Amino acid sequence: MPAVSFDHVSRHFGAVKAVDDVILDIAEGEFFAMLGPSGSGKTTCLRLIAGFERPTGGDIRIFGAPVADLPPYKRQVNTVFQDYALFPHLNVRDNVAYGLMIAGRGKRERHAEAEAALEMVRLGGYGSRKPSELSGGQRQRVALARALVNKPRVLLLDEPLGALDLKLREQMQEELKTLQRQLGITFVFVTHDQGEALSMADRVAVFNDGKIIQVGSPEDIYFRPEVPFVADFVGSSNVLPEALVARLTGETCPAAIRPERLRLAPEGPLKARVTGLSFLGLSTRVSFDAEGTRLTALLPQDVARPREGDEVALTWAPEDLHLMRASERAGQQVGQRVGA
Amino acid sequence: MHSDRASLKLKIAAAAGLLFLHLPIALIFVYAFTTEEKSFQWPPPGYTLKWFAATWNRPDVWEAMALSLKVAAISTLLAMILGTLCAAAVSRTKFFGRESISLLVILPIALPGVVTGIALRSAFSIAEVPFSTWTIVLGHATFCVVIVYNNAVARFRRTSGSLIEASMDLGANLFQTLRHVILPNIATALVVGGMLAFALSFDEVIVTTFTAGQQQTLPIWMLEELVRPRERPVTNVVAMVVVLVTLLPILGAYYLTRGTEAVAGQGK
Repeated sequence: MPAVSFDHVSRHFGAVKAVDDVILDIAEGEFFAMLGPSGSGKTTCLRLIAGFERPTGGDIRIFGAPVADLPPYKRQVNTVFQDYALFPHLNVRDNVAYGLMIAGRGKRERHAEAEAALEMVRLGGYGSRKPSELSGGQRQRVALARALVNKPRVLLLDEPLGALDLKLREQMQEELKTLQRQLGITFVFVTHDQGEALSMADRVAVFNDGKIIQVGSPEDIYFRPEVPFVADFVGSSNVLPEALVARLTGETCPAAIRPERLRLAPEGPLKARVTGLSFLGLSTRVSFDAEGTRLTALLPQDVARPREGDEVALTWAPEDLHLMRASERAGQQVGQRVGA
Repeated sequence: MHSDRASLKLKIAAAAGLLFLHLPIALIFVYAFTTEEKSFQWPPPGYTLKWFAATWNRPDVWEAMALSLKVAAISTLLAMILGTLCAAAVSRTKFFGRESISLLVILPIALPGVVTGIALRSAFSIAEVPFSTWTIVLGHATFCVVIVYNNAVARFRRTSGSLIEASMDLGANLFQTLRHVILPNIATALVVGGMLAFALSFDEVIVTTFTAGQQQTLPIWMLEELVRPRERPVTNVVAMVVVLVTLLPILGAYYLTRGTEAVAGQGK
């Protein structure tokens, strides 16, 4: 039984289709990422699971039970909010124990459990501080402990790392992943950061305009995008237009190729002019104009670098050119029920 | 670089400013102890405490005082309920005409008291409402609501909306959320608003003159008393009491609002 399932779920605000006819199954124990640009409907989907929004169409089930009529406080899910939403008038311990207090647990018991949850997020001994005395990363952990102490069956995380600096973010990504493995709770994670989604999640759903464009493992999404939007949004793949692909392979669909898979060669199927170079450390990023299409290649440092304005030829291994045959269905629902 | 010590000129200027503000009030206090009762003579010919006893034994003072306290208490209570609800509606939801409503709520405090007073008086006579304690209460509530509303709306704006969602997410229903999250977060703002409203109502004269019938609140009683040259220092004793009764809540409000930044502004 899937932990969360969306059956043709829509949430329209007047004429705005924030979420439009989404079909999705999230398996129990899965680390699931909802990835998309802002306004693509991913956060609304999360709020539909939490119960802050009601669907205008379709059916949402949590562990098989329909939740359309359940208010947020009757659902076995907890949320880590983007701004953490810690209660400013309570200290850290009482913040974490809030759910237990509402559930009617005794003071000693709930304080002990709150302390244990704080230990779990490595904040043991911080119980009597006020949220205002903590750093951003520490508040984030308190928010996590406050949600997890209630032993939810699904944990929802709304861009929880967005407010942290890069180093802290990478550290928290590791910790969240470890925590999820340890607890075995289903995590549903909303982010607009493709790197974050790919590095943490078991499966990723890519959202655009209120629809799911593609669902799959990080490798699927990265190497085998089904439509140009996914190729472009997830790690800036090169998208070759249909006409070009037709000339190169005879297929009539666009294709994607990763920048690190493009190579320079004396002879090759595609002629291009170098339009820019930038040094990235491990590699050099080279931009090309190939018969009117902008392409990017990442060249290792041991390869001879071209100069701006050079006319070169590009080549690649045939299996690296990923044909996006699904794109005649672009904009339609392509995230069929998979894996759950 | 600034020197740490103020120059002599600056000190004199500051002292002059403070004297200008507070000397008249000090005079009122001094005259409460004078032995001379018909005219305010300087310096007082002698000092006595007998006017405190005289004030204590005046039933009209007690009546006026009781009425003022009653009016201030009821209008404050009314204002706290209406002002908070209105602030919650304006800051928590979006609806047609929201901006106009927030302007209309603040308007009574911008209008001169005379205008409010006349307007209320004619409204009461059109509606054939007899003047009573309740008409005074209604008059005072018009500006008390504004004070409470302003305090509450500022606090609501600084309180993150996701706190309510977080509370419900953690299992609390609406009533539990109100009790454990909303009220603790707006409590100081409510108390401060209430104290200021109480102080404003307690010494209000203009609106009261238009909305009171034969009844006298303490400030009105003082105005009447000044005209009669009998036991004048009693008025000064009462003035001292009024200063204390209004000053204490204002000081309380001042101390409560200090450092509330840390209480309310967390979420974002």
